[in-house]
Amino acid sequence: MEIGQIVFDKKLHFTRDSLVRYAGASGDFNPIHYRDDIAQQVGLPGVLAHGMLTMGAAISPLFDELGVEVIDYSVRFSKPVLVDAHGGAELNVSAEVVEVEEGKAKLAIKAVFNEQTVMAKSFAWVKNA
Amino acid sequence: MVNPEIIGKTYPRTGPYLVGREKIKEFALATFHSENSPSVSLEASQKAGHSDLVAPPTFAIVLQQQSLEMVIEDPEAELDFSRVVHGDQGFRYQRPIVAGDKLTSELSVESVKELAGNQMISFLTKIFDANNEVIAEATSTLVVRGG
Repeated sequence: MEIGQIVFDKKLHFTRDSLVRYAGASGDFNPIHYRDDIAQQVGLPGVLAHGMLTMGAAISPLFDELGVEVIDYSVRFSKPVLVDAHGGAELNVSAEVVEVEEGKAKLAIKAVFNEQTVMAKSFAWVKNA
Repeated sequence: MVNPEIIGKTYPRTGPYLVGREKIKEFALATFHSENSPSVSLEASQKAGHSDLVAPPTFAIVLQQQSLEMVIEDPEAELDFSRVVHGDQGFRYQRPIVAGDKLTSELSVESVKELAGNQMISFLTKIFDANNEVIAEATSTLVVRGG
């Protein structure tokens, strides 16, 4: 890996089905991720994707295609990803190499929804890169 | 409102949680991993040098979630989960989680802060393997929206 290299750049489509599937897989059954009425009741603009769905999906191409070991991965969730009941939500995820050490590399992981970054300060350290 | 008196509180160890191959696969597919992922394909994981399917980088959240349930169910904490949105999350791994691992987790409350009418509650969750070694640490901040 070289500094500045874009390791992947990919579109993802979240639907309400994605949220239900993620709730089941993770055990996070917060109803704001599947009930419009509760989302509204607590003052949210609508049903949101789990931050952890975005965080997990945003690193999946790196892990799957490069066979790297992720030793550190942290994210701040800066904007919600609203998932429309009909249209879902379109995300763009990408990763850029920002630091290289012996056997290790640091990547900036980006996730963009509605032209806004939804993960700030989002970096991963990988081994065997 | 979350009770600030839970700062410093460590909840009992969960588990043990036996990491299943099908659970890893289910979690991986739910987080948009491909069919060729070392979390989905045994061939791919063995080629990468693992004994079985290797968990995706955010899988430790399953263990954190089990510990978090204790906070949600703790009457002293007064955490209303429907008012919670995720502020930040981090994972640090000493080694990857692999199918067959028997894990336990232990969550401590690091801080409870007020910010612009919301509360920010930060946790550290340590994840131990069957040899009682910490193999991963998860840090998390939840935002409890005021209303």
